[in-house]
Amino acid sequence: MTQYRMLIDVSRCIGCYNCYLACRDEHVGRDHRPLSAPQPESGHKWMAIREEERGTYPKVKMAHIPVPCQQCAEAPCIKAASDGAVYRRGDGIVVIDPDKASGQRALVEACPYGAIFWNEALSVPQKCTFCAHLLDSGWKEPRCVEVCPTQALVFADADDRGSAVVKPDSVRSAETLHPEFGMKPLVEYMNLPKPCLVGEVSFGDQVQVPAEDISVFLRRGDHVRIAVTDCFGDFEFDNLEAGAEYQLKIEQVGYRAHELRLRMQTDLDLGTIILDR
Amino acid sequence: MEVFTSLTNSGPISVYVEDGKVVRIRPLAADESDFRPWTIEADGRRYSPPKKFTVAPYVLTERDRLYSEDRIRYPLKRVNFDPNGARNPEERGKAGYERISWDEALDIVAGEIKRVQGTYGPAAVSAMTSSHHNWGLVGYKISAFARFFNMIGYTAVVDNPDSWEGWHWGATHTWGFYWRLGMPEPYDMLEDALKHTEMIVFWSNDPDTTRGVYTGYDSAIWRQWLKEKGVTMVFIDPFHNYTAAAMGGKWLAPRPGTDTALAMAIAHVWITERTYDQRYVAERTTGFEDFKAYVLGQTDGVAKTPAWAALETGIPVRTIVALAREWARKRTMLAAGARGGEGGACRTAFGTEWARMMVLLQAMQGLGKPGVGIWGTAMGGPRDNSVWFPAYGDPDGRIAHSKVARVRPENPVTQRLYRPIVPDAILNSNISWLGEGFCNRSLDQQFTPFSYPMPGHPEVKLWYRYGGSFMGTMTNTSKWVRMYQSPKLEFVVNQDCWWSSETGYADIILPACTQLERDDIGEWGEPGGQSKGGSSGCNFRVVVRMKKCIDPLWESKSDYQIFSLLAQRLGREEDYTEGNSDIDWARKFFEISDLPQRISWEEFERKGYYIINVPEDYRATPALRWYAEGRTCDTPDPNNPKRLTDKGHELGTDSGKIEFLSQSLNRRAPDDNERPPVPHYLPSWEGHRTAQAARYPLHLISPHPRFSFHTHYDKHAAWLDDIPAHRVQKDGYAWWPARLHPSDAAARDIRDGDIVKLFNDRGTVLCIAVVTERVRPGVVHSYASSAKYDPLEPGKAGSPDRGGCVAILSPDRMLSKNVAGMASNSCLIDVAKWLLGRGP
Repeated sequence: MTQYRMLIDVSRCIGCYNCYLACRDEHVGRDHRPLSAPQPESGHKWMAIREEERGTYPKVKMAHIPVPCQQCAEAPCIKAASDGAVYRRGDGIVVIDPDKASGQRALVEACPYGAIFWNEALSVPQKCTFCAHLLDSGWKEPRCVEVCPTQALVFADADDRGSAVVKPDSVRSAETLHPEFGMKPLVEYMNLPKPCLVGEVSFGDQVQVPAEDISVFLRRGDHVRIAVTDCFGDFEFDNLEAGAEYQLKIEQVGYRAHELRLRMQTDLDLGTIILDR
Repeated sequence: MEVFTSLTNSGPISVYVEDGKVVRIRPLAADESDFRPWTIEADGRRYSPPKKFTVAPYVLTERDRLYSEDRIRYPLKRVNFDPNGARNPEERGKAGYERISWDEALDIVAGEIKRVQGTYGPAAVSAMTSSHHNWGLVGYKISAFARFFNMIGYTAVVDNPDSWEGWHWGATHTWGFYWRLGMPEPYDMLEDALKHTEMIVFWSNDPDTTRGVYTGYDSAIWRQWLKEKGVTMVFIDPFHNYTAAAMGGKWLAPRPGTDTALAMAIAHVWITERTYDQRYVAERTTGFEDFKAYVLGQTDGVAKTPAWAALETGIPVRTIVALAREWARKRTMLAAGARGGEGGACRTAFGTEWARMMVLLQAMQGLGKPGVGIWGTAMGGPRDNSVWFPAYGDPDGRIAHSKVARVRPENPVTQRLYRPIVPDAILNSNISWLGEGFCNRSLDQQFTPFSYPMPGHPEVKLWYRYGGSFMGTMTNTSKWVRMYQSPKLEFVVNQDCWWSSETGYADIILPACTQLERDDIGEWGEPGGQSKGGSSGCNFRVVVRMKKCIDPLWESKSDYQIFSLLAQRLGREEDYTEGNSDIDWARKFFEISDLPQRISWEEFERKGYYIINVPEDYRATPALRWYAEGRTCDTPDPNNPKRLTDKGHELGTDSGKIEFLSQSLNRRAPDDNERPPVPHYLPSWEGHRTAQAARYPLHLISPHPRFSFHTHYDKHAAWLDDIPAHRVQKDGYAWWPARLHPSDAAARDIRDGDIVKLFNDRGTVLCIAVVTERVRPGVVHSYASSAKYDPLEPGKAGSPDRGGCVAILSPDRMLSKNVAGMASNSCLIDVAKWLLGRGP
C-alpha cells in the first residue's frame, strides 16, 4: 500500500525558497477542496524555512531548515479536532477538512511544529497536504519537491523499495525534527544542525605563521575526538551534544599544552587560541 | 485546463490556464523521453543532471506578478499635463493621472514625436530601456523597441557594463576577451573542475544568488557535487554570502575596496617563496618583471607584503599567507564573479585593478591548465554548440537587425547619451566621457571620446522610458528625479507592464502586456553575441515557443503592437511591421535557425519546446586549455577574431599574451596613474582612508539581489514580501533589509527589526535592520535593485525613501578618470535608528 515519505537533507538546502513559492503558486487563491481551501495572499508558510545563523564573525555557518507539516503518525491535531475534522489517510497524509474544521482555531495551537495556520477570511485552519490533490491525480511528487534544485527535498512512496527515501544510507542517518515531541512524523531529516565547536590556533611567538596540522583533542568521558587544524589553523568539531561537558586539549611539541573545559549549550566559537612556549 | 509553454529570463515554464485565467506556473514539464542527460566521469564517479529544469525563485511568482495590483491597466495622462497648454514639468512625480483612451494616448505620443523631431531634429528624441523585464526574440528590448526607434531616428542611450565594470575596463587589457566584454570563455569548465580542481576561491562571487545570470538554479547541483567531492572552498567577500552559507568553508572578509591589496599580497608570497608557475609566466605572459618590481616595492618603496595588506584589508597576516600557500599548493579554480567576471569588487573605485589582478594571479598559477581556471561555477556545462539558434545578442536574433526582416532600419542619429549620466546630461548639458559603453570590437574602442550634445545636434527634449527603473540600480539616483522635473524635457512617455519607480514621472503612460499575453520565441539562458554560450549554465539547452496564454489584461497591449500603432500614426506601419504579426516574426526566427533540420514548425508549435541534447560523442574543450598548451583555439568561441587565423593560439591583447604590463594601456594612456600599465593598488576615493570616513564610518555594499532580477519581480510579486531575506514585514509595510554587525548595531542602539535610516550627503534610505554575524564589522550589506522608490514626500528629490533604493546613497563619480564605469560599492554611510513620525 502507498505510504508517502518526505526526506529533507538540510546540508543540501540552499535557502532558495523555491519550495515555499511553488506552494504559494499551487495554493494561493486555489480551491482544492475537500483536501484544502485556498491559501491567503500572505502570512501562511505551509512550507516554512527556518533560517539558523550559527557562530560568530568570521566563523559563521548558516542552516536552512524546510519545515512543512510533519504528517505525524501521532498527530496532535487529529486529537484536538472535533467532528473528525482532521483525519489521516491510508497513505499517511494528515488532512484538515476545510469544511468540518471551520471555526476550529484551537487546531493552530495544537501543532507543536507551528505548521498549522489560521485563515482569517475563511475562518479555517490550514496546512500542507503534500499536494494530495495532485498525488491523487497522478503526480509523483508535491510542487515543493519538483522545484528543489539540489534534491534537498526527496519524496517517495516508502512502499516502493527502489525509491530514494528508503535507500539504506539515507535511512541510517535519518532523524526526526524534535523527536522529544513524540509525534512520529512521516517527514524525516538528515544533517540537522547540532552544536558545533570551532576555533583557530596560533603560535604566540610567531603570530604571522599559520598553525597548520596541529592536533586538537576533544574528550567526553572516555571518548576522544581528534581534529587537525587546516591550512588556516582552523579546527572544527560538529555534531556535539547540547548540555554535555567536554575537555579540549591542544598539545604541540615546544609549546605549553592548552586545556580547557567547556559545556556545550549552543554553537561555540573559541576565537584564536594562542600557544605559548 | 489548457497548458501553454513560455520562457522567462530565468527558466522555461508551463502555464496552466483555466477559464481564461492563469492558475499555475510550473517549471516546463517536458516529456521525460525528451531529456538525454550528459554524463561527466571524474574520479570514478559519474555526474549527471536530473531530467528537469530548475528555475530561479521569482519565476514561481509569475502568476502573482501577472495579476499584480501594480499592473498598469489603462493609458494614462498626468492630470496637469496639457500638450497644447501648460505642461507643468515640475509636477512630474507629484501629480496624479487620469484615464484616457488608446487613441488619445497614441495621438499625443505620435504628435509629440512629430513636433519634437520636426522642430529640433530626430536627435531631440531619446529612449531608454532597462534590462530583461521580459524575454523573447520579438519582445526583447533591442528587438521591437530598437526597430521602432532606429526607424524614426533617436539619440540612443549607451549602456555601461554595470554588472562587470572592472572586467570590461580592466581585464580586457590583461587577457583580451573584449569580444566578451572582459569576461572569459566559459566552455567545459564544469568537467574540468570535477576532474581536476582541489580548491575553489570564490572571490566577490555568490553564484547561489546570481545564478549564472539567466540560467535559474541548474548549476546549484554542480556545486553540491563539488562540495560532496570534498573540494576546499574559500569565500572572499565582506558578506558571508549565500554560496558560502550553502557550501561551508573558509570566509575571508576584506574591508570593501581593498581586495586588490589582498591580491597583491598573495602575489608577493608567491614571488618571494617562488611558488608560482615560472615557466608559464615566461612563455605565456609579458611584463612580469615590471609587475614583480611593483609588488616587491622596488618602484614605489612599498613592498606589498601580507603585513602591508593586513593593514589595508583587516585580514590577519597568517590568514593571507595561508591562503597564498594553499592556493599555490592545490590545483585552484578562481571563481571571481558570477561568470568568472562580475562581482561587487569590480564595481568599486579602481575596480579595474582588481579584475586585472584576478587574471594575473591565475596566470601565475598556470591559467588554463587542468583545474586552474577562472570560472564562476554557474556556466560551462556540456553544451552542443554545433546547433545554431539566434539569441538577442546576435544581430540575427532581433527584428531590428536580423535577416528575417526585409529592411533593417539604421538609426541616422550619431549623438549618444550614456546611461549612468543621463540626468547630468539633461540637467547640465555639455558632458563628455570615454568609450562606447559595451566595447566589444577592440581595446581601443574604450578610448573613443563622446560628448553631449554632439556638435550640430540638439539636446534631448522627448524622453521615452521603457520597462523598469534605475532608481534602485544606478548611482546617486535622486538625480533622476531632478531630471524628470526639468523643463528641458518637454515630453516624457513611460511604457511598461507595471508601475515601476520612474513610471509616475511621465506625462503619458502606456500599458504594455506581459510576455504571457503575447507570442514569442527564445532559447533559455542564451544571450548570444558577447555572452555566447551562456546557456551552458543550463543542464539542457531548450528553445521555447513562448505562447500567448491569455488575452492582454485590462487595456494593455504588446510592446510590438504599441510600436506598430505609433508607426501607423507616423505613416510608417508597413516599414515597421513588414506585414508581420509577432508570431510571424517568431516563426521566421525558427526558420533561419538549425531547428528545422530537427523538428518541424508544426511539431514545435504542438510541443512548445525543443531540447537540444548533448550528443553521445561530445568532446570537452575546456576554456583556455588551448592557450596554456600553446595550441590554436579549439573552443567554439565564434567571436574570437584570431580564431581560425594563423594567430589562433594568441589571446586578444596587443601581444597575444597575458600582460602584466598592459601594452594597450601603455599605448593609449601611459600616464594614467589610476589605471596604470602595471596594475596598482589604490585606496578608494571614497573609503576608509578618505575624509568622509570621519562622518560616515560605515561602508555600504550593495550587490546584485537574490530574490529579484534587477528591479524585476520585486514589488510586483507580493509573495516575495514574505521572504525575510528579501523584505521584512513590519507595521504593514514590506521593508528592504540592511544587514549590519552586532557591534555596529550596539554602538547605535539598533536592534534587529528596528527601522533605520541609511544616510550620507547624497540621501537617506529607510530599511529594516537585520543584525547578523554575516557581515564584517564596519560594513552594511543591503542589496541593490529595490523596485520600490517610495519617498516620504512624493516627487521631492532627496526625500527619505522607505522603499529601499540604496542606490540613492552610492556615489556617481566614475570608477577612475579614464574609466566611465560606476563604483556603487565605494560608498560610505552612517546608520541611525529611525524614529517614526519624528522626521529625519
